[in-house]
Amino acid sequence: MKSFDYLRAGSTGEATGAGGAATRFIAGGTNLLDLMKLEVMTPDKLVDINRLDLKAIEETEDGGLRVGALVTNSDLAADPRVRRDYAVLSRALLSGATGQLRNMATTGGNLLQRTRCSYFYDTAMPCNKREPGSGCQAIGGYNRIHAILGASDSCIATHPSDMAVAMRALGARVEIEGTDGTRRTQDLGDFYRLPSDTPQVENALGEAELITAVILPAPVTSRQAYRKVRDRASYAFALVSVAAVVAVEEGKIARADLAFGGVAHAPWRNEAVEAILVGEAPSDALFDRAADTLLEKAKGQGSNDFKIPLLRRTLKATLRELTAEAAR
Amino acid sequence: MKTTLSINGSGHDLDLDPRVTLLDALRQHLGLTGSKKGCDHGQCGACTVLVDGRRVNACLTLAVMCEGREVTTIEGLGAPGALSSMQKAFVEHDGYQCGYCTPGQICSATAMLEEAKQGWPSYVSDDLESRPALTREEISERMSGNLCRCAAYPNIVDAIEDVAGSER
Repeated sequence: MKSFDYLRAGSTGEATGAGGAATRFIAGGTNLLDLMKLEVMTPDKLVDINRLDLKAIEETEDGGLRVGALVTNSDLAADPRVRRDYAVLSRALLSGATGQLRNMATTGGNLLQRTRCSYFYDTAMPCNKREPGSGCQAIGGYNRIHAILGASDSCIATHPSDMAVAMRALGARVEIEGTDGTRRTQDLGDFYRLPSDTPQVENALGEAELITAVILPAPVTSRQAYRKVRDRASYAFALVSVAAVVAVEEGKIARADLAFGGVAHAPWRNEAVEAILVGEAPSDALFDRAADTLLEKAKGQGSNDFKIPLLRRTLKATLRELTAEAAR
Repeated sequence: MKTTLSINGSGHDLDLDPRVTLLDALRQHLGLTGSKKGCDHGQCGACTVLVDGRRVNACLTLAVMCEGREVTTIEGLGAPGALSSMQKAFVEHDGYQCGYCTPGQICSATAMLEEAKQGWPSYVSDDLESRPALTREEISERMSGNLCRCAAYPNIVDAIEDVAGSER
């Protein structure tokens, strides 16, 4: 590991004031320290933000929840309000990592996880994300875990988070504090960037800006599921996953908020897919039409071609599960 | 960097490079070699210790981040002649072969039972809202962060099931 200075921030202003291009905030550290040991990330300075007052889960005025950036994945998954009203989020969190890692990993840090692309992790290999302009060996290489949607000629990495996929389906917003102390919120969908020709830019955070919270909108009457397909039953990243918030009224789908993990550089959402479902009676033919639209521009890279039919089947299985009573 | 760590109830003043992980501080600086280094990347769980009562990977924590926190290692859970109930159960059920993963397994299992007592659900819980019964499937899922390359898993689950049953 490269040497770095360590600073403990006592306030958010102190944290952002100490930020900069060569500085990283550390909270749980589960991904950052791993990458620093491998020298994939080599910050000059670490600002420990664990003492900041960002650990509360509070109800918002409109009936939603404001989740502090330092709320651990364990605490968020176990929160009674999340288990009752945002089951998809609880399920997604519990499907990720291990008990130990969830006790350390935070809400803000989970959003900022780096890809698990093996070329990104291997400093002996070129990688446009790690070293812009050096090339991408995953294209034409070992790309079993890589993207089928929204990838570019520069990068086909996927975002590894489960939590963020559920939050995308729930319409979460990210609260960010700038260096001038003001806070803004941004839809999670706008927060993430697709790789384009700048895969090193993964989100809308400016230098030294700090995520302070994630805001969930008021809960909706719905059935929710997080279906994750992976290589082993526990402690594995998603090959594909589907987060779904679905409501059926009088035999017709009234709501189908869907987000997809393991398939793109960011949690994927496609409102055209949802529009096909809403207002219709659930059926396999309908679900196939939704999958057709979702996969219209899907592109396999060789080793990950299986993800295209797998995502179709996973979407259909999830929709069948959540509309089962109506279809009966 | 000067740091004071509270380990198993006693304070230790250390002067550490910020790069030193909690695991290396325990093993190299404090001689507490019960916590083991397996993968050093949070994948195997051999380094599991409790920080403020919660199980974490000591290899993915910087020692300097733990100032002001209470760290409990396998040495703090019990001692020869005064084993904790989980330590006794691992002995009784032969929950190991080589023993390298055992301190991490025991620390993890001890904290896992506390999580279950708090009513935390797991990925395999059918109902998110009711208190989960600690079935073998639940125990396996909740312990998936601790690998045992000797594959003593059946006996590890027996040991944990035993303690969970007697504490119920």
